[in-house]
Amino acid sequence: MDNHKMIPDSARKSNICMALFGVCLLLLGVMFIHASIQRRTGNAGTEHMAGLVKNLELTDLCLFTEARYTRNLSQADLHSAFQDHPSSLEHFPAGSVTGPPAGIRRINVKLD
Amino acid sequence: MSNLIEKQRSILDFTLSSLMRRKAKNISLFLVYSLVVFVLGSAMFFTQAMKREASLILKEAPEMVIQRLLCGRYEPVPLDYLERIKNIRGVISADYRLWGYYYDPAAGSNYTLMVPRNNPPARGKIVIGNGIARNRMLYREDILSFRGYNGINHNFEVDDILSSESELVSADLMLISEEDFRDFFGLSPAAATDIVATVRNQKELITIANKISELLPDTRPVIRDEMIRTYDSVFDWRGGILIVLISMAMLSFVIFAWEKASGLSAEERREIGILKAIGWETSDVIAVKTYEGAIISFFSFCTGLLLAYGHVFFTSAFLFAPALKGWSVIYPDFRITPYIDPYQVVVLFLLTVVPYTAATVVPSWRSAIIDPDSVMRL
Amino acid sequence: MIRLLDVRKGFNLAKPNEYIAVSGVTLTIEANRVTVFKGPSGSGKTTLLSLIGCMTRPTSGRIELMDNLPLINGILRDNGETNRLEVTSLPERFLTEIRRRLFGFIFQQFNLIKGITVLENIMLPSYPLGRKHGFVTERAHALIDTFGLGARASAKVEWLSGGEAQRVAIARALMNDPPVIIADEPTAHLDSKLSVEFMEIISGLKNQGKTIIIASHDPLVFEAGMIDRIINVRDGMLYGSGT
Repeated sequence: MDNHKMIPDSARKSNICMALFGVCLLLLGVMFIHASIQRRTGNAGTEHMAGLVKNLELTDLCLFTEARYTRNLSQADLHSAFQDHPSSLEHFPAGSVTGPPAGIRRINVKLD
Repeated sequence: MSNLIEKQRSILDFTLSSLMRRKAKNISLFLVYSLVVFVLGSAMFFTQAMKREASLILKEAPEMVIQRLLCGRYEPVPLDYLERIKNIRGVISADYRLWGYYYDPAAGSNYTLMVPRNNPPARGKIVIGNGIARNRMLYREDILSFRGYNGINHNFEVDDILSSESELVSADLMLISEEDFRDFFGLSPAAATDIVATVRNQKELITIANKISELLPDTRPVIRDEMIRTYDSVFDWRGGILIVLISMAMLSFVIFAWEKASGLSAEERREIGILKAIGWETSDVIAVKTYEGAIISFFSFCTGLLLAYGHVFFTSAFLFAPALKGWSVIYPDFRITPYIDPYQVVVLFLLTVVPYTAATVVPSWRSAIIDPDSVMRL
Repeated sequence: MIRLLDVRKGFNLAKPNEYIAVSGVTLTIEANRVTVFKGPSGSGKTTLLSLIGCMTRPTSGRIELMDNLPLINGILRDNGETNRLEVTSLPERFLTEIRRRLFGFIFQQFNLIKGITVLENIMLPSYPLGRKHGFVTERAHALIDTFGLGARASAKVEWLSGGEAQRVAIARALMNDPPVIIADEPTAHLDSKLSVEFMEIISGLKNQGKTIIIASHDPLVFEAGMIDRIINVRDGMLYGSGT
């Protein structure tokens, strides 16, 4: 910029900023497109798992294997110790991330 | 019109020069801001995608599982319950399931043993999930020895390993034949773990579930919707301890941002006075402040969101894994299929960009209307 | 020609600290002349400059602009005037418009914006006009060359010497090519050599046909040769007027 007369218009701060703005929008667009492409092609894995679930009659995701009431959350005892309160922390962090399955309590309200 | 654009571009030029004067302050602001969006965005992407994944996978789960409760815990179901359930009108089929947990002291982890109804392994053979294989470095034809209910060791040969793509549902599974299962756990031939039932009409599912719990008062039916809903609530991004932590971070950020953005120093006020004296209008000064807030918050939002996307969908949320894993020994190694809820992205945008920009603009409003001659009176 | 008719300006009116800065000034300032308001500090010189420069409105009285009106054509049309414009009753945005087209200001403290370059400081007054960027930078560079600041164009203003800062302030005042230059105590922070230099620049501007209005109590200013008229100000009133 020292050698004056003509600053190239492209070096203008506002232009650089607008270009970056455009790049950001583009990247956000790419993100959405990538997500939708992946969703379409990535379904194979999900279908495969759904098939396994059907075949083996599975009921739960294998996320927290440390205890039976976290491994098969939807099949957990209605009255398992610590599991009927949201502040159950006995198996941190799984126990604190997962509250009691609300739907199970609702349908079995007369057992409670 | 071109005048108007040229004017806004010039004002933007000045805003950028002005921002670059306080590089350290603005870069640190940008970094903190991006970090907040990153954590918030990661939590959002992760929970949304997991919820979707869970509902897609579990749509094939059994329609209804019937457990038997004894002393408030679930206990094996007598097989004669099967006939009584089949006799209920609307029930097409009922079958028993055999599954249970085994703690493997050698690996320090829990396995889920299960007898598949179709193509069960031969006696003495097992099919294991990829998580177990990885954890104990097992290959086909390896022999595993487990201690049964009566203290007698049972040897099993690995017949097959479940595919690694299915780890999210099968990492800790161990498929075994019915005979081996009963021998191993000492389960009586007249009992099973639970019962799965299918009904003719999905709409009657709840009615039938109620009928079953009336007919067999010691049972508890769990229907498929509840299984899916369980994961909805597990991954509900408004629930969960992560969100509590994030909202605290968010709150302190807002305070931080407010202080950084709002406190107009005497120097800044003087500058506004100068600009007004040399012919800038109040609206031009406010435009500078608006651009200032919008530039920082928009670029932080984009950076944070893009990093969050990469984090969750390219690295499988490796930063969250410790929080989710806890001390699980077998944690599924899975890729999450990207899923973005545009509504939530918009909400995140509104929650981050708008308050910050407002926090920048509002305090400048009062300074922007100062009389231009205040500069002369300094 | 700028005409002030019985102009009064008070601050904090009807309060215990009420203060009348200008009381009943009637004055005509000729175009293309150098006019100096001379008086001690607190005499009301600066307030007079603010009033003439449309930075503030008088409490009472009228101020009329009679030259260079085509530059603010839009405002004239709106007011149905053709040969003169009474400015005190105009809304704020019109005053801003008049200020940036008709007046260039040189402040006592120079009032440059710290942290940005000489070039940008000089360009600042042109931004609200929305002129083409190429045109604006060319004009700014021309001014930089005129004032011998070529080597300093991309330097931050806080690195400048007093004399350089002064010249940047003048260049900024000239950016929009205004017909009237208003300078408030321009030599207060300059040594004698630089003050003389400043008055030489003013002389040059006068030769270009600018109207120049200066407030000062520096003898180097009001004893300079190119001054056309000295107006003594004391307690907000005028005392005679020299040549």
